[in-house]
Amino acid sequence: MARITAGVGSSHVPLLGVAVDQGKTRDDYFGPIFAGYDWTREWVANEKPDVVILIFNDHASAFDMKIVPTFAIGCAEHYKPADEGWGPRKVPDVEGDADLAWHIAQSLILDDFDMTIINEMDVDHGLTVPLSMMFGTPDKWPAKIVPIAVNVVTYPVPSGNRCWLLGEAIRRAVESYPEDLNVQIWGTGGMSHQLQGPRAGLLNREWDNTFLDLMVGESDAARWIPHIEYLRETGSEGIEMVMWLIMRGALGAKTRMLHRHYHIPCSNTAIGHIVLEPAE
Amino acid sequence: MSAPLDIHAYLEELEDIPGTRVFTAARARRGYHINQFAMSLMKPENRARFHADERAYMDEWPLTEIAKDAVSARDYNHMIDLGGNIYFLSKIFSSDGIPFAEAVSSMTDMAFPEYREMMMHGGRSPEGQRSIKANLAAAAAKQGH
Repeated sequence: MARITAGVGSSHVPLLGVAVDQGKTRDDYFGPIFAGYDWTREWVANEKPDVVILIFNDHASAFDMKIVPTFAIGCAEHYKPADEGWGPRKVPDVEGDADLAWHIAQSLILDDFDMTIINEMDVDHGLTVPLSMMFGTPDKWPAKIVPIAVNVVTYPVPSGNRCWLLGEAIRRAVESYPEDLNVQIWGTGGMSHQLQGPRAGLLNREWDNTFLDLMVGESDAARWIPHIEYLRETGSEGIEMVMWLIMRGALGAKTRMLHRHYHIPCSNTAIGHIVLEPAE
Repeated sequence: MSAPLDIHAYLEELEDIPGTRVFTAARARRGYHINQFAMSLMKPENRARFHADERAYMDEWPLTEIAKDAVSARDYNHMIDLGGNIYFLSKIFSSDGIPFAEAVSSMTDMAFPEYREMMMHGGRSPEGQRSIKANLAAAAAKQGH
């Protein structure tokens, strides 16, 4: 059977993609960020996941305001990098695992999560930047991807608890898939940042690190954090961190931490990532 | 399970954050055409037509004259007041070749170098930035003394 063997929470700042694409990853500005991912890149190369379920949000790339799905799952064979206004990133196309994705989609719907099915989608920095941070610059991404897109832009976005429960349901779905697959789940976005208005530039090192603490061990306190707390404490775009809770929910009652890194700033944003495994 | 939520109290709280417009359903309704117009700049041919004659391109969209002026002035705070959302509006400054952080800094009271400096030193602190009501109460208490 397929198993979720590890989870990663990670920022997905677009400027990191630019740094990779322009070969600036070891300069003074980006060096400390990419150094923080060195351990993780080596770890994932050894773990060799067959599939990564990648939780992200689309930033007005594949979805416009015509249709706003709360939870959507990509069931396609492949996805192209999106043109976000300056031409698509020159990174490999993303290969899906359509069999597993359709299995998860059906399982989730039968498990009371009314998923939107995506058959065609270009994927933006929310998905391709984590791939670059974790896999570097290969000619072909070494894992198949099942993208799950979450609306964290138009309010109300899903609650932390709903995200956590979706994670639990994803785990049940994966474990009912007969093929023997090593599956990881990555929750992306955050950490603190605000990209709009006179309060733009807000960062909150203390709150972000408390959130990282909450990912580890038996605590489920993070699922109860209300939207207003993310907004007040982490800036208007810090709400992306609810996507980490899908990852955390999918890892079961208890986790063990393998690696953690935090750095300020990258562009407008606090960068954080954490590597976890189920500890049951 | 989560307790039932009072939607009115929920929406009211979203308006209580200083210097911030949360992209609520009300803003999404108001800004629909601004956001869809901005989104159209994802296509290279639309970017070219927009930059060749901004006004003519915008005239093809059901935008108010106020919205067109806000776009022409690249006044992002104004566009957001009209229901624009930063992820959609980013297509405008991306097509101008302006980095995200620079465009974001234009919405603050800082010039870009100053803003960048603030970010290098830990960013803007949330202290005194969490609640309009709390700030007003604190100011009133201070005046009372």
